[in-house]
Amino acid sequence: MANKYKEILLKPIIAENPITLQILGICSALAVTSNLTVTLIMCVALTSVVSLSNLFISIIRNHIPSSVRIIVQMTIIASLVIVVDELLKAYDYETSKKLSVFVGLIITNCIVMGRAEAFAMKEKPFPSFIDGLGNGLGYSFILIVVAVIRELFGAGTLMGVEIFPLVSNGGWYPANNLLLLPPSSFIIIGLLIWVIRVFNKEQVEEKDFNLSKHDVAPNYEKREINV
Amino acid sequence: MFEHYLNIFLTTVFIENIALSVFLGMCTFIAISKKIDAAFGLGIAVIVVCLITVPLNNFIYNNVLREGALAWAGLPEANLQFVGLISYIGVIAAAVQILEMFLDKFVPALYNALGVFLPLITVNCAILGASLFMVEKDLKFGESVVYGLGAGVGWAMAIVILAGIREKLKYADIPEGLQGLGITFIIVGLMSFGFMSFGGISL
Repeated sequence: MANKYKEILLKPIIAENPITLQILGICSALAVTSNLTVTLIMCVALTSVVSLSNLFISIIRNHIPSSVRIIVQMTIIASLVIVVDELLKAYDYETSKKLSVFVGLIITNCIVMGRAEAFAMKEKPFPSFIDGLGNGLGYSFILIVVAVIRELFGAGTLMGVEIFPLVSNGGWYPANNLLLLPPSSFIIIGLLIWVIRVFNKEQVEEKDFNLSKHDVAPNYEKREINV
Repeated sequence: MFEHYLNIFLTTVFIENIALSVFLGMCTFIAISKKIDAAFGLGIAVIVVCLITVPLNNFIYNNVLREGALAWAGLPEANLQFVGLISYIGVIAAAVQILEMFLDKFVPALYNALGVFLPLITVNCAILGASLFMVEKDLKFGESVVYGLGAGVGWAMAIVILAGIREKLKYADIPEGLQGLGITFIIVGLMSFGFMSFGGISL
């Protein structure tokens, strides 16, 4: 029994990662990763929303008529997000300004809806909670890797603490400002997917077209002629 | 006056492109950009829904939710901003549902063309994002109509461009692990760098 929960918890972190395999919840992965502190807060917010929404939806799953289930799920998710948003505004107003609309956008983050539809509507409350937690951690894993790369090499700091002394402060590291621009996170995630797929061959997608072999010349004598 | 609206439109389409500058609606942006036809259908659906929901949410925000907005109902101190999120998403879900029924009844050709994309749009962050930015920018009703249109057109343009690039890229010899999703991310990154060049323009 314990093994089953462990599998549900750990699988989404690399093997079935929501961002790099299921293409879910990418929007916020790109916009909030230029600073590690902001990223960590976003990760905590998303992980708590996805695990709690999975839990609540799973508790009432047998009472939801399937025709209105999207609206019911939306209402639960939106209420949880409002709670998170208000808490953040109350205790850390600065960060909540930096995240601007992205906390609100957790509502439409496909991870939350996707897990509610795919897992919480079918399973018991406790496994659903674990599944939400696992998917939240998988999302956080990618976000934290991207944020560490961007902040460390882009500004020479981690969570605002200087790691590489910058040239402008008399150190040796010239900051790579390109990494602080939002589009660079696309490229980092692209390369991250490449790394993950080198180790997990089964995730590799098939090509639409294959190159023909150039070392074998076509055999013209055997070619059929259709007249 | 006309110039002011034109400025808002051009700013939203190019400088603050909702897909390539603020990265909204990325899930569908990447998942449904393999073919130009599908991308175009989805783009049109996003334009229509944005054009309807942004002004509608603006109307609700200005007349019900914002601080002191309920003065006409005799409640001058009410501030309902904390239920903002849930009412915007409710409006979007309802608008999509009504649009779907309307198209099914009166314009079946368009309904069949849009097909599965319409219900998908409810959970597209570009739509909710446009409404949230509308609130953050504090737009008037007329401005919000133009903003909604611009947001939709910008997103649709970006997804059609991406689908065009991906259709050409089918014939390229890409390293194994980068195939599909990986290379798409890198293309979007490069496109987005391209759109950043609009950033310096002030209208």
